Amino acid sequence: MVLKILNTLITVGVGILAALVLYWLLNKLAELLPGPWEDRVKPFLYILPAYAALVFYLVYPAVQTVVFSFANPTSTEWVGWDNYTQLLQSESFQDTLFNTLLWMIVVPVVVVALGLAMAVLADRLNPRWESTSKTVIFLPMAISAVGAGVVWGLIYDYRPEGREQIGLQNAIITALGFDPVAWLQVDEFHINSFFLMIMLMWAQVGFSMVLLSAAVKGVPEDTLEAARIDGANERDIFFRVVVPQIWGTVLTVYVTTLIGVMKIFDIVYVMTNGGFNTNVVGNEFFNQLFSNFNNGAAAAIVVMLMLATVPIMIYQVRNFRREESMA
Amino acid sequence: MTSTQTTMAAATPTEKTRRKSSREGQPQKAGWFARIVVLILCFLWIVPVVGLFLTSFRPRDDANESGWWTLFWTPSAWSRLSLDNYVTAWNDAGLDVAFVNTLAIALPATFIPILVAAFAAYAFTFMEFPGRNFLFLAVVSLLVVPNYIAFVPILRIYSDLEIAGTFPAVWLAHIGFGMSLAIYILRNYMATLPKSLIESAKIDGASHFQTFFRLVLPMSVPALAAFAIFQFLWVWNDLLVALIFVGPGDNAPITVALRNNLMGQAGAGQHLVTAGGFISMILPIVVFLFMQRFFVRGLTAGAVKG
Repeated sequence: MVLKILNTLITVGVGILAALVLYWLLNKLAELLPGPWEDRVKPFLYILPAYAALVFYLVYPAVQTVVFSFANPTSTEWVGWDNYTQLLQSESFQDTLFNTLLWMIVVPVVVVALGLAMAVLADRLNPRWESTSKTVIFLPMAISAVGAGVVWGLIYDYRPEGREQIGLQNAIITALGFDPVAWLQVDEFHINSFFLMIMLMWAQVGFSMVLLSAAVKGVPEDTLEAARIDGANERDIFFRVVVPQIWGTVLTVYVTTLIGVMKIFDIVYVMTNGGFNTNVVGNEFFNQLFSNFNNGAAAAIVVMLMLATVPIMIYQVRNFRREESMA
Repeated sequence: MTSTQTTMAAATPTEKTRRKSSREGQPQKAGWFARIVVLILCFLWIVPVVGLFLTSFRPRDDANESGWWTLFWTPSAWSRLSLDNYVTAWNDAGLDVAFVNTLAIALPATFIPILVAAFAAYAFTFMEFPGRNFLFLAVVSLLVVPNYIAFVPILRIYSDLEIAGTFPAVWLAHIGFGMSLAIYILRNYMATLPKSLIESAKIDGASHFQTFFRLVLPMSVPALAAFAIFQFLWVWNDLLVALIFVGPGDNAPITVALRNNLMGQAGAGQHLVTAGGFISMILPIVVFLFMQRFFVRGLTAGAVKG
């Protein structure tokens, strides 16, 4: 163990030092250049490592993944569109897509709504209670999905009828006289998927709350005052004065949560591994890659995921350009 | 969690915050409705964590035969609470090694991208070069690209180079995945620094390298800290990248160890799983609680631009 720690320390130290030396070298390199060339080349050397990382870990693999998606499981032979048609025709993948869609519809809306509710309501408490309550809501952000799996395992746990329940949800309903339910196995109306979604909401609402809270506090007081003088009630003020002014932040939170939801993997993997009809795209990708060893199908799934994010990408870039031109 | 990675990205830029003085001096607005709703939400949010915390101290039979809430009306069970589960999970379930591994992954995977991104952000903010706007737009568009696209090709390369499962292999992956977000946040923050100060440093004969390390980096601490906390939490809590590029074994981080050595083992029992779970959460929670103010300020301050 001591050796392990020592080894680790050395690896970490060397890694960090190497990064620093790299920049020192790049800078020296630029200074060696004659006169105007130094200034011309230096910016590119400064951004070079960053772009090397982006190109190697995002751009190149994106192209390569598209190529793999038209090849067989071991990427040795072309199969045309087979990976796509087989996936899209399989009933289980259709269910997976439908589940992912459910997540996309439900989670971002709830996260924004609860985050906004918390932001507005906590704003009315005295400062000490405001910060305490916000910390409580924000805290799950620090907990991993595996940790959340442990935490929520104690809520959803199921024991057959007659045994003492150690899952909170079953303890409550058996106390009320109902039979215990294996919550994560009930796929009528996708109830089990909703229980998994609750875990993500639990983790994400704090983040939404923090951003929306900053936006709510940024609403100019005189606009609220003016509305009050005009005799508007609190509800009208909220929906007609506050909401329009924080709409930009609401959209930002919504879009970013949506992107996160599209990529959801760990919660599903840890809780059910996609069983009982709770599968989502991220988990299916992982299983194609590591259980079926099917590079082709895994790549095809990623390409579909990537295509689904294109509209969001366009939205983001447009948004950014608008902001920049206003600044 | 993985899902938050891009979250901050899109969140930081847009909103122009209208700072104003606090609302003190206003009539007390906290009605019963607000108080009760907040109380209920907080209760719902914290109860699951309390359950984990209490269960982790209970002996095997207690934890597997009765719910943690029974502790509240069986005082006799309190005397049986102990740290035994923690000792077992730490020593026998391999969480000690995994904890060290996670640090070994998370620290460089936090520090290096910050350095790399800060240099790029500096160039974007304070240097003129052809293609600057285009290159930055490329970063913005890469923000939403899911890191899934990297796994199949990179895994092949790693296997060919025989570096799959090593620490540097994971650092590099995290550097690549966190880069667009880091550049984006740092650049937006640096754009708010006074240009005149940098100009005067230049007139005084400071090189870009000196200006970067002595002036811009120290002035960007709020944004650096916010990203550092964010990236650290993300890497520490990551499961997917770790499963793909490290996998179970000697270098497995704590999320993988917890999943494979405890949750995946039917015999482990809730008492050990919860203790292991708490071990895996304690550091990020401490970092989070102590740095929360910094984090929140950084998150929302990214918005104060122009």
